[in-house]
Amino acid sequence: VIGETSSASRFDATLVQITALAGAVTAFALFCACVGASPMGVFASIYKAGFGSWYSWQNSLLRAAPLMLCGLATAIPARAGIITVGNEGAFVVGGLAAAAAGLATASGPAWLCLWIMGLAGGVAGGAWIACAAGLQHYRGVNAVISSLLLNYIGIALLLQLVEGPMRDPGSLNFPATYPLPETHQLGHIPGSRVHYGLVFGITACLLTWFILERSVWGMKVKTVGGNPRAAKLVGLPLGRIILTASFLGGACGGLAGMVEVAAIHGRASQAISAGYGYVGILVAFLARQSPVRVLVVSLLLGAVLASGGILQRDHELPDSTITVFEGIAFLSILASEALTGRFTLRRALGTVTREGANAKS
Amino acid sequence: MTATMSRRAWLELLAVAPSLAQDALVAGFVYNGPKNDLGYNQAHAEGKQALKPVPYVRAFDEANVPETVAVEESMRNMIHQDGARVIFATSYGFLDPFVLRVARENPAVQFFHCGGSYRDGTDPPNVGIYFGFIDEVEYLAGMTAGLATRTGRMGFVAAKAIPQVLRNINSFMLGARSVNPAVTMRVVFTGDWVLPVREAEASSSLADQGVDVLTGHTGSPRVIVQVAERRGIFATGYQFNQSVLAPRGFLTGAEWAWGLVYRRYAELIHAGKSVALGTIPRRMTGTLKDEFCRLSPFGPAVTPEKRNAIANAKQRLLNGSQAVYRGPLRDNTGKIAVPAGSTIGIEDPVLDQMNWLLEGIQGDVRA
Repeated sequence: VIGETSSASRFDATLVQITALAGAVTAFALFCACVGASPMGVFASIYKAGFGSWYSWQNSLLRAAPLMLCGLATAIPARAGIITVGNEGAFVVGGLAAAAAGLATASGPAWLCLWIMGLAGGVAGGAWIACAAGLQHYRGVNAVISSLLLNYIGIALLLQLVEGPMRDPGSLNFPATYPLPETHQLGHIPGSRVHYGLVFGITACLLTWFILERSVWGMKVKTVGGNPRAAKLVGLPLGRIILTASFLGGACGGLAGMVEVAAIHGRASQAISAGYGYVGILVAFLARQSPVRVLVVSLLLGAVLASGGILQRDHELPDSTITVFEGIAFLSILASEALTGRFTLRRALGTVTREGANAKS
Repeated sequence: MTATMSRRAWLELLAVAPSLAQDALVAGFVYNGPKNDLGYNQAHAEGKQALKPVPYVRAFDEANVPETVAVEESMRNMIHQDGARVIFATSYGFLDPFVLRVARENPAVQFFHCGGSYRDGTDPPNVGIYFGFIDEVEYLAGMTAGLATRTGRMGFVAAKAIPQVLRNINSFMLGARSVNPAVTMRVVFTGDWVLPVREAEASSSLADQGVDVLTGHTGSPRVIVQVAERRGIFATGYQFNQSVLAPRGFLTGAEWAWGLVYRRYAELIHAGKSVALGTIPRRMTGTLKDEFCRLSPFGPAVTPEKRNAIANAKQRLLNGSQAVYRGPLRDNTGKIAVPAGSTIGIEDPVLDQMNWLLEGIQGDVRA
């Protein structure tokens, strides 16, 4: 019986979400038409820039990689019942810690340096989100608010350090840390210009799926997230599970920051805060906090991000067009979350039949 | 309605495919800031618009591209997705290492960068540099200001104390002093190119101190001109024509005229010339005479007599009987900056080491 209702409600939720996305796409098409571009042409361009050729595919995959990790940063804690939006902060402190660790160990072999960077980035990002989760669990501070504010602290920390103690005096116009040696940077997947961050992202998504769906600990996490009082009654260590799940989520965000430093920029600077963390929140909500869907949604949104330039070039749309699309999509998904379970056709029909049956008997 | 919409939509869809004439010259522009900043970026965007009537050119642009690896991505996309054969990188920070790196990857594409220096032997051969010398126009704008001021005090809001900015401050002051020897000017440095709040504070505080002409050198002096108009004092613009912002107090301004430069590049490239082969000069520079820059239209406060005086001065600058930097000039610490009897031409590279402010200017280059 439980299985039935949950599959029914899942069906309803999916239906609502698809409707929401269709609404978002329609609203965006209207927006395009209002600013004087042909909606069909715009969608064709988004497709061309995202998936039109191998070159475009690589563009999308490059952007999908950090999105997968940043999506998990919200999705994993959410499964334990903690909603955080601290992805950008985790991303930035992860990148910062990775840069510091990488520069400290640059004299060693490249593989060791990269491992230490990944570890440093993961631990920094993990601790960042675990802070917000801990504040909510132990002190009752809303994690949405605290993690949002932690983003600003993280970015301020980055700016302070790259313009101060960690600054390379040679970086005149654009303050940055010293660069990592090129030999110590994260390379490309052979035959492409996509870096190994994509492998990290895919692995993390699949591993998270396995842990959440196929392990005892995953079951505990979902129990804590689904019904904390019941979890407490059966004796689950709530605090430890929440903190661990949040740490794992944050670690994914931090790892994304490490990839940004080690594969893209080769150094930490203001440029690493490019908004992947914020888009990660959208990814997690579109994916309804499921790691496998995070994988798919990241690829789609990666393609959308990759089309930012072409919309300016081919349609003379403003550079903020993609942000508008993200905003519309996010709003309609949030609205759909609020509406889920209120206007369900199935339930309405179900009630009617049941009443009919009762009347007969 | 639906039928026509969908037919148009399908036609649009087809048009997206690269169905271009083979000989089309595809040019991509990247700007660091917004296209409507009424300043540096809009001046370049307007320059790009001048290519629109040229039949063999297809030009497109991306705005708000940061001076990071993001600009590499933008340039690569322009080349690989739109088939760009020439890239105009309009912001100073795009060159090293971003333009240089993408230029090495794409030797068949030509890259032209606004400002900066090219290192022979090190940098890829398919990179060219273009920029203009606007000192003479600042001089003429300064003359207009010198003729307009009643209090004899002017204010200048500047981004950074770097040679390019100091040249504009000094040439503006030289123009003002040529018609009003007693005039003084106070300079405030804000520290960066786009800091509208600080620019507004600096402008207000200058107005409080009794200046009655405001001008500046930032990414866009729009805020400076707006504050001047609100305070009922005069303003001169920079980078782009800002007259719409101050219908009463706008005098004139020094603005860039990149359209001609981009047209010239397009003609050269269309004729099969290239910077890598040396048939397009490595550095393309120009002055008032070459129409790389011009005065903004005069505002209502500039009387016909004053306009005449300025037109005459412009004529003398163009025929060489008058110069911006003609000694003896003293800096504001009393030292001789340009000795008596010597004249520095505005294309002389020695001016790019300028580290002084003219006498009569209150301000400190170390600030």
